[in-house]
Amino acid sequence: MNDVRSLKILVADDTDSDRLILETIVRKEGHNVFAAKNGLEAIAIFKQERPDIVLLDALMPELDGFDAARQIKHLAGDELVPIIFLTSLQDTESLVHCLDAGGDDFLSKPYNRVILKAKIKSFNRMRDLHNTMIRQRDELSQHHERLLQEQTVAKQVFDNVAHSGCLNASNVRYFLSSLAVFNGDVVVAGVRPNGNMMVLLGDFTGHGLPAAIGAMPLASTFYGMVHKGFSMSDVLREINKKLKSILPIGLFCCATMIDFNFRRKRIKVWNGGLPAGMIYHKNGNITPMRSSHLPLGVLPDKNFRDDAKFYDLDVGDRVFMWSDGIHEARNSEGEMFGEERLLQLFAENESCESAFDEILLGVKNFIGSGEQDDDLSMIEICMESPENLHHPGYSFNQQLARVEWEMRFEVKPTSFKSFDPLPFLLNILTEEPDLRGFSGSLYTILAELYSNALEHGVLGLSGDLKKTPEGFTEYYTLREKLLNEITTGFVHIYFAYSSSVEGGCLTLRIEDSGKGFDYASRQGKELQITGYSGRGIGIVEKLCKTVRYYDAGNKVEVVFAWVNDD
Amino acid sequence: MAITSTVSADGTQVTIYIQGRFDFSSHQEFRNAYEKLAKTPSRYRVDLQGTSYLDSSALGMLLLLRDHAGGERADIEIVNCSQDVKKILLISNFEQLFSIQ
Repeated sequence: MNDVRSLKILVADDTDSDRLILETIVRKEGHNVFAAKNGLEAIAIFKQERPDIVLLDALMPELDGFDAARQIKHLAGDELVPIIFLTSLQDTESLVHCLDAGGDDFLSKPYNRVILKAKIKSFNRMRDLHNTMIRQRDELSQHHERLLQEQTVAKQVFDNVAHSGCLNASNVRYFLSSLAVFNGDVVVAGVRPNGNMMVLLGDFTGHGLPAAIGAMPLASTFYGMVHKGFSMSDVLREINKKLKSILPIGLFCCATMIDFNFRRKRIKVWNGGLPAGMIYHKNGNITPMRSSHLPLGVLPDKNFRDDAKFYDLDVGDRVFMWSDGIHEARNSEGEMFGEERLLQLFAENESCESAFDEILLGVKNFIGSGEQDDDLSMIEICMESPENLHHPGYSFNQQLARVEWEMRFEVKPTSFKSFDPLPFLLNILTEEPDLRGFSGSLYTILAELYSNALEHGVLGLSGDLKKTPEGFTEYYTLREKLLNEITTGFVHIYFAYSSSVEGGCLTLRIEDSGKGFDYASRQGKELQITGYSGRGIGIVEKLCKTVRYYDAGNKVEVVFAWVNDD
Repeated sequence: MAITSTVSADGTQVTIYIQGRFDFSSHQEFRNAYEKLAKTPSRYRVDLQGTSYLDSSALGMLLLLRDHAGGERADIEIVNCSQDVKKILLISNFEQLFSIQ
């Protein structure tokens, strides 16, 4: 019992004495024995008891051992039920016959107890091994099935996220193929509140799941920002920052992003690491849009470059973007398709409407029986007049695209010391997508005007103090002291924001409770390079369109203006 | 607001790091970073990698550092500026007084 547990063993022999001897030997080994007198009985017992090992006499009445063996093997199915033939036959042919019928071994009469014991042990080992294998196979196939099921569900989610937006608009065509369930390529398109359409084609390093994972944050960032009207630089920066922080080194995203301005018939293109896209002009000319940046997710935000190129288009001009799947498609000789063949297809094309199909067909014919070894993606976007664009996202209205608001804010004496209004106000201003890119300038403008109003106006401090290093320190010590004592005064801050698709302006008025100053005498003064102070207003003048003082000089109004270049 | 500084092993170079907004509120900290050194360094580096915004009082503080470091003879590098910060420095023509990277 140490090495072989108690087994169920079926013994079938029509000779009573032989059967009894065998039963006794087997039982003595500690096994359960089921005895049958012929093949039919053996099968009946097998069905009922499912023994582990079967000992079969070859020649029996009713049904002989050979047929019984076949049926038992059939009934056993996947399970390994070793069958050992008991035979007095010695000729080669009969022994071969035993094995052909499904027997695993034979035992010659008269029985040798030691050999029988060894064979049972050996076959039991084989049975265990077989069972382990079957169990593992079943587990494996269950795992596989579950994985496929999960991937199918995940793919639906992925496709909803990664290939969505306004890709079904009337002026867009696209093709995506993938090597695995998941595609390493991502295509997203959205319409901005100003009616521009923003499209991004990305190709993550690698294929399948690892490559697809990065597409999720990319797509959610893209859609989150495009619909709110953020500019292409903002969206690119944000995606780059996000990918840089989540992707391991070596995984990044080559991408081309294009902002389509249908009103001005102009596109703004940023290409980081993808093969050059092509502008296919109606007159047959081709303008390549080459990569001039590193892919997304490589550089830290500080070093990231978002400068883009502008191209003027005519209605009917077509813009093609693709991942490297087309360029690197190989034919059966292992040759790559390459850009030259692509340009050749354009040269041979006769009607620009069919260029998209001809390129796909051209690549397909080239690959022939060769193997596709990269994800293959292609998009075509046609420059249209805004009124000919058909997609719910394009319900664009000049009137709606206009944004105007005003805000008044007053800082009271009790707040001067404890409350710094600058971060708060800057947060409100940079909620406007148009202003977001100017946060640095806006901060400086606000900071200069507010500290002038507070320090020179409300507190009555003179900037002359700051002429020496000691005075500089003294100035701020005095500022601290006066802030602790102040009980009267105010700073009023007023904003008027106005923007349209073309650009906009922010008017900022600040009034303080101070005596004002002789602003006439500072007019025309150039920005001083030396001196520890007195350059604040000079900087504001450089950043703003206009700076005007009113009344006693305790009121200032500045206008910050911008032009939307996309 | 956090101003930190490191001095090179031989004491000849000090690097000052400014996090967040660079304005008058960091005035004392900024002075401490270069005034309270055991040995007067010959080179100064102001690392603005973590600096989000600056105003004219920060410019005044940079000039204080310059005069402390020898005025015309001062060897001061301003490094890792963001686009926004660099713009303000250039508007004020600070590239004539500092080496701005």
